[in-house]
Amino acid sequence: MTEYLTPEDLVKSFTDKFQLKIKESHAEKYAYGSKKTEFSQIWMRIDNSIFKDVVKHLFTFDKYPHFAVSSGYDMGNSIELVYHFSIYNGERNREVSINITVELPKSNPVIETISDLIPGAVISEQEKQEMLGVKIHGIPKDARVFISDDFPEGVFPWRRDETGPHKVARNLHGVKK
Amino acid sequence: MSKATTKTSYQLPIGPIHPALKEPVMFEFEIEGERIVNVDVALGHVHRSIEWAGTKRNPVQILYLAERICGICSYCHPMCFALGVEKIAKIVVPDRANYLRIIHAELERICSHILWAGVAAHEVGFDSVLFLTWQMREKALDLTEYLTGNRVTKAITMIGGVRRDITEDMHPKILETLDYFKENFEKLRHVFLDDKTFMLRSQGCGILTKEDALKLCAVGPTTRASGVKKDVRLDQPYFAYGDLDFDYVTPDVLTGEVNGDVYDRIIVRLLEVKQSIELIEQCIKNMPAGEIVAEKKIAKLLATLKKIKGEGIGRMEAPRGEVFHYVKLNESDAPYSWKVRAPTYSNILPWIPMLKGQQIADIPIVAASTDPCMSCTNRVAVVHKNERHILDKEMLHRMSVEKTRRLMT
Repeated sequence: MTEYLTPEDLVKSFTDKFQLKIKESHAEKYAYGSKKTEFSQIWMRIDNSIFKDVVKHLFTFDKYPHFAVSSGYDMGNSIELVYHFSIYNGERNREVSINITVELPKSNPVIETISDLIPGAVISEQEKQEMLGVKIHGIPKDARVFISDDFPEGVFPWRRDETGPHKVARNLHGVKK
Repeated sequence: MSKATTKTSYQLPIGPIHPALKEPVMFEFEIEGERIVNVDVALGHVHRSIEWAGTKRNPVQILYLAERICGICSYCHPMCFALGVEKIAKIVVPDRANYLRIIHAELERICSHILWAGVAAHEVGFDSVLFLTWQMREKALDLTEYLTGNRVTKAITMIGGVRRDITEDMHPKILETLDYFKENFEKLRHVFLDDKTFMLRSQGCGILTKEDALKLCAVGPTTRASGVKKDVRLDQPYFAYGDLDFDYVTPDVLTGEVNGDVYDRIIVRLLEVKQSIELIEQCIKNMPAGEIVAEKKIAKLLATLKKIKGEGIGRMEAPRGEVFHYVKLNESDAPYSWKVRAPTYSNILPWIPMLKGQQIADIPIVAASTDPCMSCTNRVAVVHKNERHILDKEMLHRMSVEKTRRLMT
C-alpha cells in the first residue's frame, strides 16, 4: 500500500536529498469551511542544477504527479519560473500542491524540459519560451503556440525590459504605462 | 506518360474556425481515407493578453477582467483569482460566504454541462435534444439572474466573499428551479444514455486511456471519464466542500466499467448535473448565518492588498476541470504577475490520442466531448494536390448527421 507522507515530511524528503540546493522551502496549511477541512501547499525555491532531479523525485511519491502549469515573470536580472505540481489526488483532502521556483539568469535563461517525464507539460513549456524568451532545453516541439507567426521575433510579452511588448502594444486606452 | 505518385495520406486542416469548437483552434489532421492517422493542434488565434492586462490593474478591477476570460466560466475565473489573493493576504472568508460561493459554482456547472449536452446532441444530428437542453439551460440562466442580477457575467465575486446574499425568501425560487431540473434530468438521462443513436455514435469512440489521461495531465470530466479520480473540490476542499457529502464521479458508478470514450464523458457530465443539484440543496439546508464578505470597504481592502508581498495559487474545479490561477503581489497597486490556466489548456493534448484512428465524421463529437472552451465553427479546407475544397460548417455537420443515419439503417 502506498504510504502518504505529511507535507512536512515531503519537504524534509526534498531537503534531505538535495541539501543546500533547496534554497528555501515551506509548507502552508489552509483550513476551509465550517469543519475547517485542511489541505497543504508546499513552496520550494531550488537551484537550477537540480531541477530535473527534483521533478524526478516527485515520482517517488506519486506514479503520475499532476502538472497544472508553470508561471513565470521577469525580475530584472533574472527570469523566475514557478512549476505547479500536485500529488496524492484521488482521495478526499489528501492532495498536496508542490510549487517549485527556479531562477534563470537573463544572460543564459535555459532550463531542461520535463516533457519527457510529464508529456502534458509541452504546451506550458512552449508558452514560457515565447512569452518570456527562455530556452527549454530538449523541448519536443519548439514552435510558437499562443503567439501568432507574424508577431515580431525577439519581443517577449511578459518581459519587463527592452525586449518587452511596449513597442508593439498600441491603442490601449486607459492602460497605465 | 509518367505515372503520378499515389499519395496514401492527406492533410486536413480544420479550424481555426470550426463547428465543434467554441473558440478558434486549429487542427491539422493526417488522413488515410476516412481514418485519422495523426493530429496536430495549433492554438492562440485569439490570445487577448489578459494576463498582461491584469498587471496594469488593481485586484478588484481584475475580478471583472477575469470574468471576461470565458462566457461560461465567468464565475470560476474571478473566484479562482480571489482564492489566490486571499491566500497571500491571509483573508479569512466568512462561513456563509463559502456556502454562497458553492451555490454559484454549482449553478454554473449545471448551466455549463447542460449547454454542453445540447452541443453534443447537435454534433450528432439530434437537434430536438439540443432544444430540450437549451430550454433547461434557460431556467438555469433565469436562476443565475435571480441570484446575481446577471445572466452571463455574474459580477458576484469579491475578494474575501461574495457581493450579494441569498436570503431565506429566495429559497422557494431556487428549490422550485432545482425541482424542475430533477424532473427533466430523468428525461435527459434517458435520451443520452439509453438512446440507440447516442450509444452508436459515442460508445468506443474517442477513447482516452487512463494512462494517457494521467500522463497528459487531463482535468475535469475528461479525466474522470477515463477513471482518474481528480476533482479539486474533493482533493483540496476549498470553499466549504469539506462540509458536504459527495464523491468523485467516474463512469463505473453507473455502468460498473470505465472505457474512457465519448459515452463515458456523457455519463460523467450528466451525473455531475445531479450531483450539483444535491450540493446546492445541501448548502441551502446547512447555510450558516453571518457576514458574506470579510471586508466590506473596497478602498480599505485595496489599501491592504497594496502593502502585501507574496505569491499564492487559486485552484477550483470549474465545469470543465481544474482552473488554476497564480498571483504574485509585490507591494504595489497591480499584481506583479498573474498566470491563468483554464481547464481546456490541459485538455488540448488529450485530443491527440482521442482523435487518432477515428473517422472524419467523428471529429465534431470527439472534439466536443472534452467540452473545449473555444468558439464556433465556420469552415474546413481540404487541400489536395494544390486544389482547395472548402467544407463549410453545414457540410461537416451533414457528414456527421449522415454517419448517424448510416448507423441507424
